[in-house]
Amino acid sequence: MFRSQYDTDVTTFSPQGRLLQVEYAMEAVKQGSAVVGVRSSTHVVLATLKRSFSDLAWHQRKIVSIDEHIGVAISGIAADARVLTKRMRDECLQHRFVYGSAMPVSRLVNVIADLCQKCTQRVSRRPYGVGMLIAGVDETGPRLFQTCPSGEAYDLIGMALGSRSQSARTYLERHDEEVSSATREELIRHAVAALRETLASTRDLTLTAENCAIGVVGVGSDTRFHLYEYEEVQPLLDACSLESSPLQSASAGGADPPAADPEATDDATMQDAP
Amino acid sequence: MHSVKLVPCELTTEPIVTGSSVLGVQCADGVVLACDTLASYGSLARFQRVTRFHQPAAGVVIAGGGEYSDLQQLFRITDNVYRQEFCHEDGWELTPRALHQYLSRLLYARRSRLDPLYNTVAVAGKGRFLGMVDMYGTAIETNLVATGIGTLLALPLLRKRWHEGLTMDDGLACLEDCLRVLYYRDCRALRTIQVAKVSDSGETFISEPYDLGNLQWKVAHAVTEKLMI
Repeated sequence: MFRSQYDTDVTTFSPQGRLLQVEYAMEAVKQGSAVVGVRSSTHVVLATLKRSFSDLAWHQRKIVSIDEHIGVAISGIAADARVLTKRMRDECLQHRFVYGSAMPVSRLVNVIADLCQKCTQRVSRRPYGVGMLIAGVDETGPRLFQTCPSGEAYDLIGMALGSRSQSARTYLERHDEEVSSATREELIRHAVAALRETLASTRDLTLTAENCAIGVVGVGSDTRFHLYEYEEVQPLLDACSLESSPLQSASAGGADPPAADPEATDDATMQDAP
Repeated sequence: MHSVKLVPCELTTEPIVTGSSVLGVQCADGVVLACDTLASYGSLARFQRVTRFHQPAAGVVIAGGGEYSDLQQLFRITDNVYRQEFCHEDGWELTPRALHQYLSRLLYARRSRLDPLYNTVAVAGKGRFLGMVDMYGTAIETNLVATGIGTLLALPLLRKRWHEGLTMDDGLACLEDCLRVLYYRDCRALRTIQVAKVSDSGETFISEPYDLGNLQWKVAHAVTEKLMI
């Protein structure tokens, strides 16, 4: 199936100046389940919705810790993400070995962005179909970045990727001022509230200890990236649901995008976008 | 692919043109390094006014002894590292401690390849950083540095005179005294020296070469007579 005669390889521009294969790779990011990242002046929080391949399978991991001070949330083709996260771990280890210190988050992001860019300029290569939210802390404080299959990278205070993530972005845009001054607990609450916005009414009705994972890193006592999963994440979700009503009412009426295909493909088995 | 060389080859097994000791002391308000300006060709005092200091960036100074050409190469490599850092354009800069670690990895890698850089280098930097790395890659962060024969002749004197709260001026006086002793005792030393100061905040000063004054040879006969026994 072709959208145009200019989309058969990654290096051919369309007459409008677009690289269609790269844009299709960007669509792959939207197929994954939602991930949310928010940053305050002291912390970064990643919140993810995990899907399970079948009732007989565990939920797919969406957050990977890279180094003591960095963790990433991934959306898109999980197999591609594995390549990228492995490379990120290698880069961080290499940096520690050579310079004896933790890698600055922006440096790591640049390495990955360059890696992704290379795949958009060679006929023989396929862009990585994965978008990442990279959360970390370094001497400049807490940082949140997004990387794209196109090789672009953005420095952010909040972002959501994946299916139905527009409503989470709308939530974050509405609360951007509260978010930037939020405490650790408030930030987690905002992240979970934003993630909750992405839940479809038919599936994934609630966030549970099984399908939700939260990563936290920040200054002070939180300089180690900590991943809350399973029994550890339940207290955080409980705290959020206790106080969730004011947050949710504030965001009620958010513009919901058209719901994605209810048979949404799973990260691991996903095919290229139509 | 490179073709595999089957011919046995010999890499540097001994240095040719060498610099002698480098001394360094960590003070309350910064760090001071000192060494002479001699590069000897064997026992010949061949090049008498060469600098063994290098400042790759603001707030960092390295100084080294051993094979002089290897030292120049090491300075070039260091410059290259800082150039690459600059090209990232992200506001980050290498700390003196990171450079120290880098040099230790570099020297260790070279010696593991059996192609060592024949140097011992001292690294001084802002934040009162003082460290040294030897040609095997051994990295030490310490308050007193002496390399080469200075380890034997100067380090005990420095240890005796070092105390908490030592100022950079006092530290410099200590180092000059030690260089004087080295000039008396080390046959590869020179009376022309250079010093570098890096303050806590990173202000860096590398002096022009100057002559060690106040040399006293009157006691020399006592030393030689003793050696004659």
